[in-house]
Amino acid sequence: MKLFRRSSAEALWRDEFPIHAADERYVNRRQFTKFLVLTSLAMFAGNVWILVRSWLRGTPAFPATVVARADEIGIGGVKLFSYPLPHDNCILIRTGPENYVAYSQKCTHLSCAVYYSQTANRLECPCHEGYFSVKDGSVLQGPPPRPLPRVILERRGEDLVAVGMEVHPEG
Amino acid sequence: MFGYEFYIDPSRCIGCEACINACEECETHRGHPMITVDFLDRHNSIATVPMVCMHCDNPTCAQVCPADAIKKTEDGVVQSSLKPRCIACSNCVLACPFGVPKMLADLEQMMKCDMCYDRTSAGKRPMCATVCPSQALAYVTPETISRERRDKPTNVFYFGKQKVTTKVWMMVPPERDSVSVDVADYMWEKSS
Repeated sequence: MKLFRRSSAEALWRDEFPIHAADERYVNRRQFTKFLVLTSLAMFAGNVWILVRSWLRGTPAFPATVVARADEIGIGGVKLFSYPLPHDNCILIRTGPENYVAYSQKCTHLSCAVYYSQTANRLECPCHEGYFSVKDGSVLQGPPPRPLPRVILERRGEDLVAVGMEVHPEG
Repeated sequence: MFGYEFYIDPSRCIGCEACINACEECETHRGHPMITVDFLDRHNSIATVPMVCMHCDNPTCAQVCPADAIKKTEDGVVQSSLKPRCIACSNCVLACPFGVPKMLADLEQMMKCDMCYDRTSAGKRPMCATVCPSQALAYVTPETISRERRDKPTNVFYFGKQKVTTKVWMMVPPERDSVSVDVADYMWEKSS
């Protein structure tokens, strides 16, 4: 069995359907079915393993992390931070003197970074013009299928502390 | 059985049909003989000729198979059609110059002589050559044939303009190098 077509004077069709059994290199239906079945079994086992692992680990724990001081940003200002892991970018917006909101910065459509538009007072994704409400992260327009995940904030003295993530039930 | 070759000598055939019965008993195709014994000219002669697959170097049956079902193994044996592929179209039956392949309608598959592949690949002689009392079918070494026979083996056949070389040898008179068959002439005789 050869993997690649050797240079041959024969027509391509004759090369692909050789008379000599030793020259055959295409899988037959039974081999293909075996491949499909075994691959499906492997995928199934992998899924079961992921399921069992998530059962054993339970819900992810969110650490309480200080993300900013209360007076660090002005009204209408933003601060970028990472929560809960270093690569999970989030955006903190001060919407009023004592009002702070924070969302994941990943657009729920194709994971572009959303930014805060002060003039329109909404979160905008520049990739496909998906807009999110600042109040609750819900989709105002565009292709995103789900609201932005919200970071739950707590005020502890002068610090703003992220204590969890609120993910939309669908996503 | 390295070095052993299959030889057909029609002049030795006595028409006993032992080969047919032996072939028919094989468990791989029980009830279906893969060998034929034909009368050459029934009106005028009792001469018979046994016909097994000649295992052509470039098998016409495999050339014409639209389903890629007929394969030749490395030892030069053209096998029966692969059951999952054969579509029972009978192209090979029509195309074979020797008339060897048989389409078995009940199995919907072409089966042909494969030189008793289960036997020859395990070091045994083909069943027909084992039982042939006059050794019109012989599975021996070339040295044995040249020592014991006056006739000369050839494996070159001409069917009109088609030259066919085969793995199986046919015994011909010593002065001949090949066998020429005028197919149209045979057809004309049959229809008359």
